[in-house]
Amino acid sequence: MDKGIAVTGMGIISALGTSAGENYSALIAGKTGLSYPEILKTIHSNLPVGEVKFSNLELAGKLNLPVAHTFTRATLFGAIAAKEAISQALLTKDDLKDTGFISGTSVGGMDGTEKYYLEYAEKNDHRRFIQAQHPGFTTSQIASHLNLEAYVTTISTACSSSANAIMLGARMIKAGKLKRVVVGGTDCLSKFTLNGFNSLMILSEGFCKAFDDSRNGLNLGEGAAYLVLEADDVLNGKPVLGRISGYGNANDAFHQTASSETGQGAFLAIKKALEIAGLSSKNIDYINAHGTATKNNDLSESTAILRIFGEKVPDFSSTKAFTGHTLAASGGLEAVFSLLALQNDQIFPNLNFEIPMKETRLKPVSVLKKKKLQHILSNSFGFGGNCTSLIFSKNEK
Amino acid sequence: MKNNRLYINGISSISAQQENAVFDGNINTYHQNIIPAVSPDYKQFIQPMALRRMSKAIRMGLTSAKIALKQAGITKPDAIITGTGEGCKQDTEKFLEAILNQNEKLLTPTAFIQSTHNTIGGQLAQYLECTGYNVTYTQNSASFESVLMDAQLLFLEDQEMNSILVGGVDELSKKMTSFMYLDHQLKEQEISNSNLLKTNSSGTITSEGAHFFSISAEKSEKTYAELIDVSVFQAKTSEDVSEKILKMLQLSNYTIEDIDLVILGNNGDNRFDHFYHHLQNGLFSEKPQLAYKHLTGDYKTVSGYAVWLACKIFKTGSIPEIFKLNGVTCQNPKTILLYNQYLGDNHSIMILNSN
Amino acid sequence: MSDLRTELKQSIIEQLNLEELELADIDNDEPLFGDGLGLDSIDALELIVMLEKDYGIKLTDPEQGKEIFASIDKMAEYIEANRTK
Repeated sequence: MDKGIAVTGMGIISALGTSAGENYSALIAGKTGLSYPEILKTIHSNLPVGEVKFSNLELAGKLNLPVAHTFTRATLFGAIAAKEAISQALLTKDDLKDTGFISGTSVGGMDGTEKYYLEYAEKNDHRRFIQAQHPGFTTSQIASHLNLEAYVTTISTACSSSANAIMLGARMIKAGKLKRVVVGGTDCLSKFTLNGFNSLMILSEGFCKAFDDSRNGLNLGEGAAYLVLEADDVLNGKPVLGRISGYGNANDAFHQTASSETGQGAFLAIKKALEIAGLSSKNIDYINAHGTATKNNDLSESTAILRIFGEKVPDFSSTKAFTGHTLAASGGLEAVFSLLALQNDQIFPNLNFEIPMKETRLKPVSVLKKKKLQHILSNSFGFGGNCTSLIFSKNEK
Repeated sequence: MKNNRLYINGISSISAQQENAVFDGNINTYHQNIIPAVSPDYKQFIQPMALRRMSKAIRMGLTSAKIALKQAGITKPDAIITGTGEGCKQDTEKFLEAILNQNEKLLTPTAFIQSTHNTIGGQLAQYLECTGYNVTYTQNSASFESVLMDAQLLFLEDQEMNSILVGGVDELSKKMTSFMYLDHQLKEQEISNSNLLKTNSSGTITSEGAHFFSISAEKSEKTYAELIDVSVFQAKTSEDVSEKILKMLQLSNYTIEDIDLVILGNNGDNRFDHFYHHLQNGLFSEKPQLAYKHLTGDYKTVSGYAVWLACKIFKTGSIPEIFKLNGVTCQNPKTILLYNQYLGDNHSIMILNSN
Repeated sequence: MSDLRTELKQSIIEQLNLEELELADIDNDEPLFGDGLGLDSIDALELIVMLEKDYGIKLTDPEQGKEIFASIDKMAEYIEANRTK
């Protein structure tokens, strides 16, 4: 197998905290970030969410933005997380000139649109946010704020968006199209998505119980996470946090919002990721599952896992009960969690798990577990049948 | 052996113009700055039970994709890559207005489900039963170009990859499109589309459409064109663009002499058309120059029309007068360069060869 | 009784954009889902909201819909027994 693509920086903002350090502390303490909406103005105050408890004004302050900025909440998150990643990777001003930016987001600047939609026609005050609705605007703004001058693009494949962004970045480096690239994704809580998932009747009024027999839906979350990927020939002895050794993308081709009973899309994505990494299923030490805690996802994902791993299902857990389901950002968040797991040889627990589901009897890791980890599989599946799996591996010296 | 060739074997255009009518001299003219696309009979392509929920973007996307695949003789591609600058705006608007008008109560999910940017890509996978690679790009006016860049990479990586469905689609919606007047993306005065490039004012006209292409690593008798290269970049000045074009030509082992014709994205916005004028009066002053947005309006994936146009020119050998920006002529162009930008951002270049 | 059935057919055609259908095309005992009329799980969610909006019946588990929406007859019976408006 080849070594995979080097990760030299990571940054994250979520309900668990505004840095990789803060997120890690919460993960090992088993401390959930779920709460109830305070920043998001909604009538659904009974629905738990993984909300970042900073207002847009406070977030803009962290970035020293001018008053009349056009940063929506997802852009603010994205800039904060990408900045942390870039600073850890010690990228110089010169490096940034040939660094690309690939970001995943689902609703982009929708929070601005839903705030100002009814006043645009009458008042001039917020019309600068009209274009900010569109995902590409979010991405371009973050890139320009951080002076990333190479290829900039946005992927929007619902909940697998940032996993696909990471995959594309790794592919472009492997193919020699880019030397460096910042990859990941961002999404904020919005009335649009909260009401959308609520109308699908897949939100839980309790804290989500991934892979539990009594699971009854997901909790939404918000945040952003990015990695810096670099080609080996520009590393110059820089510390490597881990490597992206495998990736696979497939479509379930089954239903607009539901996953197939056989988990075909998930199965194919995992299979391709193993092939790219040149690994067999028994090399996987831990799976960071998509595990949204909807009836449908967890069963379909479990079925796919059983199809790949058979009798020997490795340790697995879903971290959604920590952060909520951060949609397009989730693949990015969970990439950071996977790298933290690799670095510390720890598996973060699947909170709120009690009873295995009848159909599969699978039991996730439900308390923090110390274990030597070499290869981690991370799954992200989305609406539209979009399934992506990534494999993170320890950097071989 | 790795494939680094990318051939366009099936094409389709749904836009404000009837697909092939422009080559027969039948041009639709409109006196409005927001122009709906001409709809084909969708029922010929999509089952009524499926059609009932679909917004125009989904209808246009699926129909255009089916036409392109049929032309290329492909029933199931190996991968599907979709681009959309603004996504399924009609359903986004519908669901958002329901939230605001009903104060978050009694909402039904259909519009929400159909509002995600990957709706078209996902539905294509479902209808074609294609479990292969599937991604949706949404990078403003470089969304379609991002799609092509990924397709190039897929062929390069995977020798088994033979056929990829690629396309770009965007739709109008009532409110969200009308907001484009408020932030000066559209011209204040309603104009006739045929006068777009003669105006001297800010803003442009907009429309909607879908352009799908069936592409392959292998050339066939159906082949329209080979995509030599595609690039998306940021540029502050017109000079940056010329420099980028020269660099890209060099990387593809082409020189400026090899370019027989250019298709430019002029949209009549006097704040940004200098990017095109600079090339028209500089690098490409001796080349036949075409423009198309006075026929199609400008929207985020309209460059799909430019690729469709280049393919048609290669195949028919004719260049309708209506597209011509200058008097330089050429017989049977072999190599065409396309350049586009929107509001000074998301610049892109594509080079196509008739091979 | 039959008025409710007609009303339901009308709302279903309207709510689910079944423009091609006439009232007479839907039989009272015909399955609405699967091989019958061909509705799917997304339609079921639309119908759940319709129950709440028009008849004041609130379902919390989408699974319940399977039985209730089996046919126009079943729907009408359920609504008669549970309606609050």
